[in-house]
Amino acid sequence: MKEILSGNEAIARGAYEAGCLVACAYPGTPSTEILENTIKYKEIDSSWAPNEKVSLEVAIGASFGGGRALCTMKHVGVNVAADPLFTLSYTGVRGGLVLVAADDPEMHSSQNEQDSRNYARFAKVPMLEPSDSQECKEFTRLAFELSEQYDTPFMLRSSTRISHGKSIVELGERVTDLPLPKLEKNPAKLVMLPGNARVRHPLVEQNLINLSKAAVTMPLNRLELRDTKIGIITAGICYQYVREVLPSASTLKLGMVHPLPHDLIREFAAKVDKLYVIEELDPFIEDQVKAMGIAATGKEIISLCGELTPGRLRSAFGLAQPAVIPVEKMPGRPPNMCPGCPHRGVFFALNQLKAYVTGDIGCYTLGFMPPLSAMDTCVCMGASIGMATGVTKVVSDEEKKKVVAVIGDSTFLHTGINGLMDMVYNNSPATVIILDNSITGMTGRQDNPASGFTLMDDPTTAINIPLLCKALGVKNIRVINPLDLEETKRVIAEEMERPETSVVITNKPCVLIKRDGVFTKGPVYAVDSEKCTGCRACLKIGCPAIEWRPAGDGSKKGKAAIDPLLCTGCDVCRQLCKFDAIGSIK
Amino acid sequence: MSNQITNILLVGVGGQGILLASEILSEAAMLAGFDVKKSEIHGMSQRGGSVVSHVRYGAEVFSPIVPEGEGDILFGFELMETVRSLTLLKPGGTVVANDLQISPPSVLMGQETYPAELAERIKTQFADFLLVDGQKMATDAGNVRAANTVLLGAVSKRLDIAEEFWLKALQKMVPVKALQVNLCAFRMGREL
Repeated sequence: MKEILSGNEAIARGAYEAGCLVACAYPGTPSTEILENTIKYKEIDSSWAPNEKVSLEVAIGASFGGGRALCTMKHVGVNVAADPLFTLSYTGVRGGLVLVAADDPEMHSSQNEQDSRNYARFAKVPMLEPSDSQECKEFTRLAFELSEQYDTPFMLRSSTRISHGKSIVELGERVTDLPLPKLEKNPAKLVMLPGNARVRHPLVEQNLINLSKAAVTMPLNRLELRDTKIGIITAGICYQYVREVLPSASTLKLGMVHPLPHDLIREFAAKVDKLYVIEELDPFIEDQVKAMGIAATGKEIISLCGELTPGRLRSAFGLAQPAVIPVEKMPGRPPNMCPGCPHRGVFFALNQLKAYVTGDIGCYTLGFMPPLSAMDTCVCMGASIGMATGVTKVVSDEEKKKVVAVIGDSTFLHTGINGLMDMVYNNSPATVIILDNSITGMTGRQDNPASGFTLMDDPTTAINIPLLCKALGVKNIRVINPLDLEETKRVIAEEMERPETSVVITNKPCVLIKRDGVFTKGPVYAVDSEKCTGCRACLKIGCPAIEWRPAGDGSKKGKAAIDPLLCTGCDVCRQLCKFDAIGSIK
Repeated sequence: MSNQITNILLVGVGGQGILLASEILSEAAMLAGFDVKKSEIHGMSQRGGSVVSHVRYGAEVFSPIVPEGEGDILFGFELMETVRSLTLLKPGGTVVANDLQISPPSVLMGQETYPAELAERIKTQFADFLLVDGQKMATDAGNVRAANTVLLGAVSKRLDIAEEFWLKALQKMVPVKALQVNLCAFRMGREL
């Protein structure tokens, strides 16, 4: 049977067909939909973990227990999971273990564009790289088998175009002849103390040598001879662009990007006149080919930055570009917080208070955008709190009062807790605002340990964030309604003034939560055009439901209007209007 | 063997239902026996940002994204986004656009104005241009939310995929309770 699947759907299907029993992840674009699809298969226990490190540790446990386990994350998630990963290569596995790392060249939805292939080499873990959805399914399945055969975890590298691209996939059946998981003690293999690890390390190195040799004849590495004037070594999505733009060139398509099949590369290089390596981001394959003493062209013509496209590949080879109709520049359309988003009032207050805001990763990073313009730093998941502590260590006592960390509930539980622990422990006077909207919003509304439901939609214990902060030793904890602008600004101002750690927690849910009774739309608001003076105060919150309607006489005059289809009745704009021109339609 | 690829771009604003429309289109192409690939970006580009979905079909498709300047059909759900993406279209390409304006943040805040006479501008550059009042026709069909399906119907007439495959794709992808309205909207679009 054939279906059109995204790369992420196909990876989930591959895990199902491979007999995978456990799938664990923390959401992260472009990897999120993998776990949202493994839940379709009741044979797989799918769960969100608080962060990528925990998700990998859960998968490791499932593997050590004898079951096949999948763990997925975005590229930067591997940084968080790196600690267990680097030792997992030493222990090896019992049940097959596959870690999917989804890279984001071009940073469509990421803070950097690190190349996960380096992790494969660094952590000494073999890595497969599919080039379409069919390969996503096949390679995932194969990675589980090879993982057990070679007693090593396998990584599968995807990228945004692979994970979110869709193509036709031939479905298969789930394997049924796997041994049932049961406990089995093997401390010499699974307890990585120095004595045991010293025994395991040479096995890891030998394994990679064995795999490099076996990879020469594996069908996933494919030598395609066409015109031999140009030979191109490539992998993943780049293979598709090469076939699109240079259809007559010979290709060595690598399905396994670590370890490389050295003998196959030598064979291919000898058959072609000029050798190219075409890969996005780092010269990962190219450097190794050159280290083998083989001349090749790669990063001389392909950028280290951004994603490859057919057009960019054409330019790299000096090929003509198709004619393009010129179009004048249109006003931009950046993403925006939703109408009624409970984050908006907090950033409005921070802007008014001229706070120095150390930010974090989530929808609320959009608080950086005008007109709210209230975020000054954003580095990685959970970093806001540590950065706030650090800033207060160097600036004057007066400036210390300006320092506020802003972090969402999911990000706080991911890696923010440790930062808060440090802030309390080391007596930082900074203020932390936890935007608790009861969901992981940016990646598409995933539940988290504070939302009270699991990925499988089972009710569960919800972490009580105020109590957690109290247990960490925070003395000043204030819970506020972020839709009440006066209260929001007053409480934040009071806590900024306080010369010790304080935490302000907002208590309104994400407007996109569909679960019954969590978010309910209020009565829709409207502008009374008789009372509206055109002062533009309500525009300062940047709500997509409020529109400026110019008077149309060429002057700067005009009035505000509210789109009833978009308005959620949050009431924030009404509080900004000094002329009582905004009210609900009863 | 000829490998003629049809390149379609679906553009609009996050939340307009572009992904579902591109999925129905891809499904219909697969049912008609073509190889199909599609690509778009999720994540940060949602939340009301610009969305571009690429669909390509033919005997064998390699790149999932339409090479720049090779689009055959631009399927626009919103006027400004349609004009923004004209650069992806080949000269002489086809434009089917919804007559709908959604103001971006800078216009909402009164810092910029929504560009005027966009339909006229498209018309001067692309002779094969169909402007559809999707909202009105969908309302006539029974539900304003079926506007995308009216447009899909109009696009379907311009592609070499038989009607039976479109209907099968709609039956598979559209929820049962909305199916009749959408089938009606689709047929209205095909008559344009």
